[in-house]
Amino acid sequence: MSRKIDAADKTKEIVFQVKDLAKTYKMGEVEVHALRGANMELYAGELVVLLGPSGSGKSTLLNILGGLDKATSGFVSYRGNDLTKASEQELTEYRRFHVGFVFQFYNLIPSLTALENVAVVTEIAKNPMKPEDALALVGLTERLDHFPAQLSGGEQQRVAIARAISKNPQVMLCDEPTGALDSQTGVVVLEALERVNRELGTATAIITHNVDIAAMADRVIHLSNGRISEVTANKVRKSPHDIQW
Amino acid sequence: MKGQVFAITLVVLSGVSTFVMFITTMHSLDRTRNSFYNDYNFADVFVNLKRAPESLKEKIKEVPGVNRVETRVSAHVKLDINGFSEPVTGQIVSVPDDGQPMLNRLHIRKGRLADSTKDNEVVINETFAHAHGFNLGDKFAAVINGKWKKLTITGIALSPEFVLVMRPYSMSPDFKRYGILWMSRKAISRAYNMEGAFNNIALTLYPGAKVSDVLRELDNIVERYGGYGAYDRKDQISHRLLNEEFNMLRNMSKIFPTIFICVAAFLLNVVMSRTINTQREQVAALKAFGYNNVAIGIHYAQLVVLIVLAGLVLGIVAGIWLGGILGGIYMEVYRFPALVFVLKPWVIISAIFISIASALVGTVHSLWRAAQQPPAEAMRAEPPAKYKITLLEKMGVGRKFSQPTRIIARNIERKPVRTMLSILGIAVACATMISSGFFKDSVDYMVNVQFVLSQKEDMAVGFVEPTSYRALYEIKEMEGVHYAETFRTVPVKFRFGRSSYKTVINGIEPDSRLHPLLDSNLKPVTLPQEGIILNDYLGKILGVKAGDMLTVEILEGSKAIRQVQVVSLVKLYLGVMGYMDVKALNRLMREGEAVSGVYLTADNQYQEKLYRSFVSMPRVSGTIVRKNEIRNFYDVQAKGMLFFTFIATLMAGSISIGVVYNNARIALSERSRELSSLRVLGYTRGEISYILLGELVVIAIAAIPLGFIIGYALCGYIAAALQSDLFRVPLIIEMKTFALAAVVVMISASISGLIVRHKLDHLDLVEVLKTRE
Ligand SMILES: Nc1ncnc2c1ncn2[C@@H]1O[C@H](COP(=O)(O)OP(=O)(O)OP(=O)(O)O)[C@@H](O)[C@H]1O
Ligand SMILES: [Mg+2]
Repeated sequence: MSRKIDAADKTKEIVFQVKDLAKTYKMGEVEVHALRGANMELYAGELVVLLGPSGSGKSTLLNILGGLDKATSGFVSYRGNDLTKASEQELTEYRRFHVGFVFQFYNLIPSLTALENVAVVTEIAKNPMKPEDALALVGLTERLDHFPAQLSGGEQQRVAIARAISKNPQVMLCDEPTGALDSQTGVVVLEALERVNRELGTATAIITHNVDIAAMADRVIHLSNGRISEVTANKVRKSPHDIQW
Repeated sequence: MKGQVFAITLVVLSGVSTFVMFITTMHSLDRTRNSFYNDYNFADVFVNLKRAPESLKEKIKEVPGVNRVETRVSAHVKLDINGFSEPVTGQIVSVPDDGQPMLNRLHIRKGRLADSTKDNEVVINETFAHAHGFNLGDKFAAVINGKWKKLTITGIALSPEFVLVMRPYSMSPDFKRYGILWMSRKAISRAYNMEGAFNNIALTLYPGAKVSDVLRELDNIVERYGGYGAYDRKDQISHRLLNEEFNMLRNMSKIFPTIFICVAAFLLNVVMSRTINTQREQVAALKAFGYNNVAIGIHYAQLVVLIVLAGLVLGIVAGIWLGGILGGIYMEVYRFPALVFVLKPWVIISAIFISIASALVGTVHSLWRAAQQPPAEAMRAEPPAKYKITLLEKMGVGRKFSQPTRIIARNIERKPVRTMLSILGIAVACATMISSGFFKDSVDYMVNVQFVLSQKEDMAVGFVEPTSYRALYEIKEMEGVHYAETFRTVPVKFRFGRSSYKTVINGIEPDSRLHPLLDSNLKPVTLPQEGIILNDYLGKILGVKAGDMLTVEILEGSKAIRQVQVVSLVKLYLGVMGYMDVKALNRLMREGEAVSGVYLTADNQYQEKLYRSFVSMPRVSGTIVRKNEIRNFYDVQAKGMLFFTFIATLMAGSISIGVVYNNARIALSERSRELSSLRVLGYTRGEISYILLGELVVIAIAAIPLGFIIGYALCGYIAAALQSDLFRVPLIIEMKTFALAAVVVMISASISGLIVRHKLDHLDLVEVLKTRE
């Protein structure tokens, strides 16, 4: 059975509070229940990994946390602010100032260089890093003026991470950041994420299919069939460097 | 693709409908005219003379080539209409006492011919009747051979001879102030002491008769009887102006459809290459299933045809409908018994052929690429787009660009050809719009130059016969007249080499205060002491240059043939005439000082009284009031102009919406991924709209000045194509026309922008995260 979350954790500041969260997609007559009453928390400064079979609702949950999608019922709050009641403008502002995203397919702007792709975010953020510094954090100092088409997949993903961290977000939400990468490149990307979490204290949630990656987390949240089936905590976080798959 | 197909449909529709409209109107009018001419025996040749005995008819019949001959008595009269105090003139034409004439038969719309036993019955032409609201039994008066006579309307008719009714040598038709009166030969002969005589001949020719020989022979025969020169249909006012109208329609049917078809082909090209790009994988799959290149090509060609088809069918239907409306507008000026609507199958076939062919030509490149793609390559994702730092940024301008602005600049620079074509497309829309405003501007200008700046008189009084200078002093003495000066008008036929033209020479007083001759720069032309000035259009018809000796056949009085030197050609917008110093003209005529009429200015309050007294003066043949002339010019032109402006605005709107919207949709489909990504990163709807719409705005703004240039050139071409005896359209485009065109482009761009903006607001953010580009 899962180890109960210990009391010490509860004293930590809660970043996300999720209660009975449900999401139903209506496709004509058919209803798809992507989430059926999920409950979880994310604490400040921690790194969690979300695990679960395909279709279990991981992306749906992350998208709702990130203010990209709206729940059908239930409750999500971000630092005490009810996201389910937020307007479109408030959600946009929330994404703009608080959340850093990393996605499986990078979603870079093809017409902008690496540096400019980061500047896209720093230009509109409140308290950003310098784009060069963000790129230095992911080890891309040499490739500032390259367009995405001129970068490898791993490099593109690191640009995406640099873009996400450059605004100094409160939370990082990463949906299969290594999904399109080989294991070696994946490790480099994970190291970047881990470093940001460690050095900047950014609460980070990472979705992955890779059970081995779970070892780098403080806690591992298991989803199945639209519910949180299990939450486990790691005593020690493994460095991505030591993870092999 | 729905919206884009709709936009293309709109443009194809515009092109096809204008094509069908202009061509069917032309064919319909042509057929209508021909059947009117045939059914009502329109004469081939006309002769005016002073007076000849009826017995001369037999002699004329013997002229080789002459078929049927009809003699007539005709006279110009002043009319006096109750309740209409302005001067009105008309032409009386005799109708045989035993009924319908053999040639130029009348189409009786209402009532009957005049009874030959009565001398006060008259049939009038339809436009005149409508202009005054005349009905059968209504009465008006005419001054017939100096005697005031009350006439009763027994019929309202049309004649192939007067399809367009226009006072000879006037600038534009005036239905209210000029009418045709058909009276019995007996009545009019008696009034003019023409019993047993005639002063006008209409005749038809046998097929194959040599017209110039017949004319020469006729001139010889009637010379003794005061002949004013025989002329054939091409010099007959109504016929000539109809011909010119047909030319204009023919030109229009070429210019506008061409523009639309080109735009449609361009839009199709963009849409198809985009479609084929996004369907690379399907193409590859089809190939893997064994479809060959031809089959793939045909598949897409069918799609192109399908897209064109809707616009084609709607365009044909709309074209037929608009053709009916345009035909109706023509029928208000050009009167036929009924408009025979002609829809030639080849018009439909060529509309189909032209639009489909140009659509395929426009897309042939993309079709070819689709067909040629090796399956393996198609299976692979499209290679990532190559971007570069833009020139602007390299020059340092871009330093301060925000990232969204950078995105705009790089997207524009990445597809220079498409960007250029989009700019061109919108520019063409802008140009089309300008061309519609240009009509009004140039007509306004023309009217201002002709009727305001170079005709400063309040009234022009014409005499029945050339008169002595005394008439001037008499008129100057009349109450209310401020100032008066004379003019001399001599009907002539100019000959130069093998060309000839029937018109008049205007003799003007040197330093004329009321009627200065102005050139196209609005500078007064100083009339030379000797020699003649022609307007350049007449110069072109005759093929003369300054310095040439021109042969002048005088068509009144002496009937002499004289030579006169062409001093210069000047550019004038209305009419086709020669101009001389009145003294030089009198010398040329060798008949001493004679005047044809007087221009005068008068006190406003006396004007009506003045022309009432002119009506009762037997020597005065008619009076023209300038301000009526202006108003009338607009009345006659207004409907046609309004219709044209309306159509052109609609079309320009549809092109600019078509091009801008299409552009916007393509941009949206190409950029929706990165725009959604930006939304995910926290960009607001407004901020991403800026990226997409900013690109459109840049293109639209670049298009407008180019549109001005193309518009100017297009108007120049149209102006050249629309030259006619009636007027030469000056190339005048007002600032406000340019402004309006820009506004229409901006509005249609904004409408397209709003539609796209609406779509931007509903981007599915989650969708784009799930797929690779
Ligand atoms: N837009 C949508 N319309 C309908 N059903 C959807 C939509 N998005 C997701 N679903 C359904 O919701 C369920 C959960 O989807 P979700 O993407 O959250 O799964 P996941 O855990 O991220 O899976 P994977 O590991 O394969 O990415 C799935 O059954 C999916 O089919
Ligand atoms: Mg997922």
